[in-house]
Amino acid sequence: MIKASKPLGFSVLGIGFLFLYIPILSLIIFSFNSSKLVTVWAGLSMRWYSALLDDTELLQAAWLSLKIALMTAFASVFIGTWAGFILARFGRFRGFTLFSGMVNAPLVIPEVIQGISLLLLFVALEQYFGWPHGRGMFTMWVGHVMLCLSYVAIIVQSRVKEMDKSIEDAALDLGATPLKVFFVITLPLISQAIMSGWLLSFTLSIDDLVLSAFLSGPGTTTLPLVVFSRVRLGLNPEMNALATIFIAIVTVGVIAINQHMVKKERRRTRDMQLAFHQ
Amino acid sequence: MNTTLKRYAPLESRPRSGTGRLKAILLRWLPSGRTLAIVPPFAWLMLFFALPFVLVLKISFADQQLSVPPYTALLSFEQGVVHIALQFGHYLFLLQDDLYVATYLSSLKMAGVSTFFCLLIGYPMAYYIARASASTRNLLMMAVMLPFWTSFLIRVYAWIGILKDDGLLNHFLIGIGLIHTPLRLYHTDWGVYIGMVYSYLPFMIMPLYANLVKMDLALLEAAYDLGAKPWTVFTRITLPLSKNGIIAGSLLVFIPAVGEYVIPELLGGADTLMIGRVMWDEFFNDMDWPMASAVTVAMVVLLLIPMALFQYYQVKELEGVK
Repeated sequence: MIKASKPLGFSVLGIGFLFLYIPILSLIIFSFNSSKLVTVWAGLSMRWYSALLDDTELLQAAWLSLKIALMTAFASVFIGTWAGFILARFGRFRGFTLFSGMVNAPLVIPEVIQGISLLLLFVALEQYFGWPHGRGMFTMWVGHVMLCLSYVAIIVQSRVKEMDKSIEDAALDLGATPLKVFFVITLPLISQAIMSGWLLSFTLSIDDLVLSAFLSGPGTTTLPLVVFSRVRLGLNPEMNALATIFIAIVTVGVIAINQHMVKKERRRTRDMQLAFHQ
Repeated sequence: MNTTLKRYAPLESRPRSGTGRLKAILLRWLPSGRTLAIVPPFAWLMLFFALPFVLVLKISFADQQLSVPPYTALLSFEQGVVHIALQFGHYLFLLQDDLYVATYLSSLKMAGVSTFFCLLIGYPMAYYIARASASTRNLLMMAVMLPFWTSFLIRVYAWIGILKDDGLLNHFLIGIGLIHTPLRLYHTDWGVYIGMVYSYLPFMIMPLYANLVKMDLALLEAAYDLGAKPWTVFTRITLPLSKNGIIAGSLLVFIPAVGEYVIPELLGGADTLMIGRVMWDEFFNDMDWPMASAVTVAMVVLLLIPMALFQYYQVKELEGVK
C-alpha cells in the first residue's frame, strides 16, 4: 500500500485550509466587535445584528433574493435534468455538439458576457414585441436559470451515465413507454443528483451579483446588489453580521445533508448485505 | 379474417379513407418522440444563450445614440432604399487604442498568474486529500467545498479587512516584527491575485481530486518496487496520469478569471486593468452599449480557444465514464 508522507501532507493541508478559512473566521469574529472599525477589536457586542434587523432595505432585498432563488432552483432543476438526460442517453443526434456546448459554456463563461448578452436580448424583445416590459424579477430569473441549469445538467448527466442502463432496458422490454421509464425508473434513481442540483442552483442564485446587475430593474434590488453597493464604499460591520448568519445557515445545511447521505449510504449497504446473505 | 389481414397489410394497400391518409401524412411529418424530447431544451438554449450572442455581435456594429434603446439600427428603409449602416469604428478603436491592448494583455496575465498559483496550491492539497483514508477524504472535500457554498461576494469582502493597510495581515506582520511599514496590498494587483486564487481554488481542487482519487495505485507500487525514488514516481507517473485533471482545473479557473469583475473592483486599484471591468464601465458609466458589445465580442474571441478546449475535455471526460 502506498502511504503519502504524513508530516508533509499535514502541513500542506494545514496551510491550504488556513488560507481557505482565515477570511471566513475573521468575518465571524469581527461581526461581534462593538467598534465601528472592522479591524480593531473593542469588545463583544451584538449591535450589528440588531442593526441588521432594522435595516429594511436589506431585508426587502433579502426577501426578493429568496423568492428568485426558489423559482430559479425549481426551473433550473426542471430544464437542467431534461438537458442532462438528453446529453447522457440520446447518443449523438444532429446538433449534439452545439447542444452540449451551450450546456457546458455557462460553467466557465465570464458572467459579464452572459449578463450583457441577455440584457440586449430582453431589450430587443421589448422593442419588437413589447414584452417583457422593462426589467425586473422575470429577467433576473431567466438569467439565473441560464447559469444554474448548466450545473444541474452536468450533475445529472454524470449520474445518469454511471447508472446501469439494463434497468431501463428491462422496463422498456416489459412494455413501458420511454416517458414512463424516465419517470418511474430513472427519476427516482437520480433523485440525489437532482437534490444537489437544486441546492446548488439555490445558492448560486441567491449569491449572484453580475447577472443581477445587468438584468435588474428599478425597484428590484437583490441582496448581493445591496451588499456590493455598500461594500464598495469600504468595510461595514453590518455586512460581517450578515455574512455570519449566511455562513451559519450554509454550514448547518451542508453538514446535515452530508450526514443524511452518509446514513442513507450505510443503510443501503446494510440492506444489500442482508439481501445477499439470505 | 378480413380485418386481421388489413391490419397487417402494408401501408400502401390499405384502403385510403380520409382520416387514414391524414394519419399517414401526419406520421410521416410529425417529429418522433425522440425529437420532441430534444427540441424544448434545445429551443430554450438557442433563445437565451445563442441568440443573445448574435445580438451582441449586431449591436457592436451600431452607434451610440440618446434614445431607448441607446443604439442606432443597422438597417433602415428610406424612400425605397435599404440603408445598411455598419460601424466598424469600435473594433478599429479596440485594436488601435493602447489602453485596450494593455487591458487584454493584463487580463490574460492576471488570469494566467492566478491559474498558476491555484495549481501550485491546489495540486498538493488535492493530492494529499486523495491519498487520505476514505472517511477523511469525504470530510476534507466537504471542507474544501464549504467556502464555495457560502457567498462569493462575502468571501471577497472578507479580504478587504485582511489586506488593508491597517488590516489584520499588516497588524500581524508588524506585531511579530517581520516588517515595519505596512505592505500595500489592498487596491493593488497583489490584492486581486490573492482574491482570485482564494475564490477559484475550489474549482481547481475539485477536478484534480476527482482525477487523483481514481488513479490506480498499483502502478505507483510497481514503480516503487522497481526502485524508483518518490520524486521520480511523482514526475514520471502521477503527474502525467493527472494531466486531464490539471487541464480541466486550469480551464475552470482561467476562463472565468479573464472576465472577472467583482474581485478587481473590490480588491484592485484604479490602475488594475481587467477587461470585464472595462466592459462594465463602458456599459454602466458611459452608457455606450455598442462599445461595450464590441469589448464583449473581443472577450469572446479571446476565450474561444480555451472554451473549445474545455468543451473537448468535458465531452471526452463524459465519454470515458461509460
